[in-house]
Amino acid sequence: MGNRQWLLFPILLVLFALTFLIPHYGLLNDYIQLILIYVGINIIMAVSLNLINGYMGEFSLGHAGFMLIGAYVSSILTVWVFPHTWGPTMTSLVLFPIAVIAGGLAAALAGLIVAFPSFKTRGDYLALVTLAFNMICVSVVQNIEAIGGGRGFMGMDKLTTMSWVFLWALIAAWAIRNFIYSKFGRGALSIREDETVSDLVSVNTKTVKILAFVISAFFAGVGGALFAHVLQFITPKTFVIQKNIDFLVMVYMGGIGSIGGSILGAATYTILLELLREALQLLGTIPPFTLIPSLEIWRWVVAPLLLILLMIFQPKGIMGLREFGLFVPNRDRFGARLWLKKRKSTNANSPD
Amino acid sequence: MPILQIKSLTHYFGGLRAIYDFNLDLVPGELIGVIGPNGAGKTTIFNLITGVYRPTKGSIISDSMDLVGKESNWIIAHGIARTFQNIRLFKELSVLDNVRIACYSQLHYSSLDALLCSSRFQREEERILDETMNLLLLFGLDCLAEEKSKNLPYGSQKRLEIVRALATHPKLLLLDEPAAGMNPSEISQLMELIQWMRRKFDLTIILIEHQMRVVMGVCERIKVLDFGETIAEGTPWEIQHNPRVLEAYLGEEVVE
Repeated sequence: MGNRQWLLFPILLVLFALTFLIPHYGLLNDYIQLILIYVGINIIMAVSLNLINGYMGEFSLGHAGFMLIGAYVSSILTVWVFPHTWGPTMTSLVLFPIAVIAGGLAAALAGLIVAFPSFKTRGDYLALVTLAFNMICVSVVQNIEAIGGGRGFMGMDKLTTMSWVFLWALIAAWAIRNFIYSKFGRGALSIREDETVSDLVSVNTKTVKILAFVISAFFAGVGGALFAHVLQFITPKTFVIQKNIDFLVMVYMGGIGSIGGSILGAATYTILLELLREALQLLGTIPPFTLIPSLEIWRWVVAPLLLILLMIFQPKGIMGLREFGLFVPNRDRFGARLWLKKRKSTNANSPD
Repeated sequence: MPILQIKSLTHYFGGLRAIYDFNLDLVPGELIGVIGPNGAGKTTIFNLITGVYRPTKGSIISDSMDLVGKESNWIIAHGIARTFQNIRLFKELSVLDNVRIACYSQLHYSSLDALLCSSRFQREEERILDETMNLLLLFGLDCLAEEKSKNLPYGSQKRLEIVRALATHPKLLLLDEPAAGMNPSEISQLMELIQWMRRKFDLTIILIEHQMRVVMGVCERIKVLDFGETIAEGTPWEIQHNPRVLEAYLGEEVVE
C-alpha cells in the first residue's frame, strides 16, 4: 500500500530550514522573498476560507473583515501596548506570537457573531450578511480617529519573517485538516450536501457552524496579523470587498473542499498576479499604453474575469473535492480497505 | 411503558389542515403501519415526531421525554431515526462517510480533541470506523465503503439509508416508503430485511408504505389516514374489510 506519509516530515523540515537559510544568506532577492511571504499568508487565507465556502458549502464574503480585525488588533498590541525594550529576539519570539494569536482570537470572536445569522440564513442571503459584516468592519475603523481612521495605522516593525509565515501556514493547514476529518468536519460536509438531513442524522448543525466560522475566522485573523507586520502600514481600504475577490479566486481556482487545492490556488494566483504586474509595467513603457494612468487597475479586470471563467468551465477548480493523498489521514485513506483485509485474514484462520 | 406516545397531534400549514387529532401509543417491539392516500399527512407525522415541524397542538412523548420543541438532532440522538421517502443520501460523499456522519452523537470527543488529533480522538474514530464497517457488512455494503453514494444502484442506496439511520442507535425507527420503486422480488427481500433488523436491533418500527403487500405482510397493527384524520385502526385483516378504508382508497361507488 502506497503509504508515503512519512515523507511529509522531512520535506517540511527542509522547507522550514530553508525559511531561515534564504533570508540569512540572501539566496533569493528581497522581492522574491516578499512574494513568498505573501504566498504563505494567502495560503492561510485560502485554506481558512475553503473551510466555509468549500467544505461547508456556505458563501462567506467577510474574510477580509476578519483579516482587518486581526491586522488592527495585533498592530495596536505591538505598537502601543507591548514594551519596546525587550530586544529584537524576545519581541520576535514572544511578543509577536502573542500579538498574532490575539489578532486571531479577536477575529474568532467576530466569527462567532457571524455564525449566528448562519443558523437561519444560507446561500445568497448569508453571503450578503457576511458582505455587510465586512463593510461594517471597514467603516468602523474608518471612523475611529484614535487608530488613524481612514488614513491608516503604522509604526509596526517588520516582524513577519518567512519562518513565522511558514509555521502559521502549516498550523492552519494541519488544524483545518484535523477538523475536516473529525465528526465536526464530516458534519460540515453533510451541511453542504443536505442541511435538513444532516440535522436528521443527529449532526448538531449549530455547533458545527459555530466551530467552522470561529476556526476559519481565527486563521483569517492570524493571516491579517502577519500581513500587517510585513506591510508595516495598514488602512481600512486594504480590506474592502476586492480583497475577498482575491481569496475567492484562490479557493475556486485551487479547488473547493481541498486543502491541497487551496495551497495550489493561493500560490498560483499570488505568483500570477506578480507576473501580471511585471508584464504590465513592461507594457506601460510602450507608447500607446503609456496613456493609461494606472495599470494596477487591470488587476480588477483580471481577477473577476478569472472567477467568472472558472465558474463556467471548471466550477470545482483544479483539485475540486479531491485531495493529495499525503494530506488525508491514514484512517480515512486506507481504513476501510485495511478493515476488509483484516476481516478476510481472520475469516481464513477461523474454522468456519 | 410506551416507547412513543402521541396525544391529539394537530398540525396546520397555514389554513390547510395536515394532521388532525392523531393519537398513537407504541409499545416497545411493535411494528405499526401507517397507510393512506397521497397527501393524507403520513410523512407530516414523521416530520412532526423528528422535529422538522413544530406541531400546532398536541404532545409527543418518547421514553418520558417531551419531543415537542426539541431540535431535530437532539431527537435523533435520543433514539429515534428515520429514512426518507425520496432517497436523501449525501451524494458526493462516500458510503462510509454517509454512515459515519450519522455517528455524530456516538463520538465522544471535543472540538479541541479533533483539532489537536488527541489520543481520545484517535480511539473514538477507530471505534466508530470498526462499528460502521461491521454495520455495512451486515447489510452487504462493506465492499462499497469507499464508493461515492450516488454511484450505488437504487436498491443499495435504499439499504444505505437504512444503515445510516441505524448508525444513530435508534430504539424507534421511522421508515418512509422503503419499498417505493422496488420490483416484486426486491420487495420480498425488503420484508425479510425489516423483520430481521427488528429482531437484530431490538427496534420498534413505524412504517409508511403504499405497497399493500408489505404493510399487510409485516405490520401487526395498521392506522389509516385520510385528509389528516385517522379513519381506521386495527389488524391487517380488519383494515382490509373496513368499509371506510375501501371508500377512501377506491371511492364510494365501488363500495356500494
